[in-house]
Amino acid sequence: MSRLTRRSALGLTASAVAGLGLAGTAYAATASGSTNGVVPAAADGGTGRMDGMDHTGHDAPAPFDEVYQGRRIQGAPAHGGAHGGHHGGYGVRIDGKELHVMRNADGTWISVVNHYETFANPRAVARAAVVELQGATLVPLA
Amino acid sequence: MTVRKNQATLTADEKRRFVNAILTLKRNGTYDTFVTTHNAFIMSDTDDSDRVGHRSPSFLPWHRRFLLEFEQALQAVDSTVALPYWDWTADRTTASSLWAADFLGGTGRSRDGQVMDGPFASSGGKWTVNVRVDGRNYLRRALGAGVPQLPTKAEVDSVLAMATYDMAPWNSASDGFRNHLEGWRGVNLHNRVHVWVGGQMATGVSPNDPVFWLHHAFIDRLWAQWQERHPASPYLPAAGTANVVDLRDTMRPWNNVTPADMLDHKKFYTFDAA
Repeated sequence: MSRLTRRSALGLTASAVAGLGLAGTAYAATASGSTNGVVPAAADGGTGRMDGMDHTGHDAPAPFDEVYQGRRIQGAPAHGGAHGGHHGGYGVRIDGKELHVMRNADGTWISVVNHYETFANPRAVARAAVVELQGATLVPLA
Repeated sequence: MTVRKNQATLTADEKRRFVNAILTLKRNGTYDTFVTTHNAFIMSDTDDSDRVGHRSPSFLPWHRRFLLEFEQALQAVDSTVALPYWDWTADRTTASSLWAADFLGGTGRSRDGQVMDGPFASSGGKWTVNVRVDGRNYLRRALGAGVPQLPTKAEVDSVLAMATYDMAPWNSASDGFRNHLEGWRGVNLHNRVHVWVGGQMATGVSPNDPVFWLHHAFIDRLWAQWQERHPASPYLPAAGTANVVDLRDTMRPWNNVTPADMLDHKKFYTFDAA
């Protein structure tokens, strides 16, 4: 069941990527780093520069805010100070609860929910987490 | 001397003792401290800053020490117990005896991923997932769902053939044996197995699934096999590397053990076969 769910969810993003002709660097990064053929969600200008909001020396991905499979997923470059634990200087939330995410050296992303497979950008990480959570709520880690 | 055996060769009594020792550590609270420690490192090890347990050269000695500590905790419960290893190149289907009800139990049910049989099923009342990232307190798996195939022997051999232990930038972008074994680059061995099991094993709190120890015991054995194939290849880096544990730097959280101390597993245990 989870296989079907994941496949169907990712099939959607695969179509989006193909349709938008975004199979450039973002796709290549995921294809080399992913283990299961996961295709990134549409890049959404995912490498767009966020002037003055990037504390990592990288270009931070663009913010996003959408409802995906019934969950509100949000991502935005993190403002300095409040969340020192945001690796990559970017915060992701699912229904308002923080999802711990991390940026890899090759520009791909992981989260604490999908820690051993890589995704092209924070939105793809958030969507994968929604599939994995099957409706469960994130809890803060001690 | 502790002998670590292939899980497929364990007797019924050895399986029972291993499971019972784990359940004892779970009951007395010791088990969950290992989950907490692992997740703390998962969240703090980063490619561009301090990294110890993962995505770095010390991935292998760190987990060797982590497994030793867990094995010693098991042996404090039952001195006959040793960590078994899971050779996922050989036992690569959900029909493996590893997943039988008398050992680790099987995959999760479709509705919610919940493991329904074996000693670690939530319904047995002895295995509550306390250290977690979401609200679900039951052990979950989705064997073969996240990725269809476990690594093959040929893929393992291709990684064991890599003569250099690790390379700059000493992280998930590195070439060399360590990062190919860890799986951030190339055919992907260790990471892929976490994804294949699914459930908590795919998360930062992966030691919630007892198969974590059998998976890492096999990764540890592959390191030993690599050393035998490349006796002239040292642990790298040797010294003076920012954010990275050099050969004689101490590793957190123990602060009294270095990669150099961990290079020879025979000081601590042997394997059932070379």
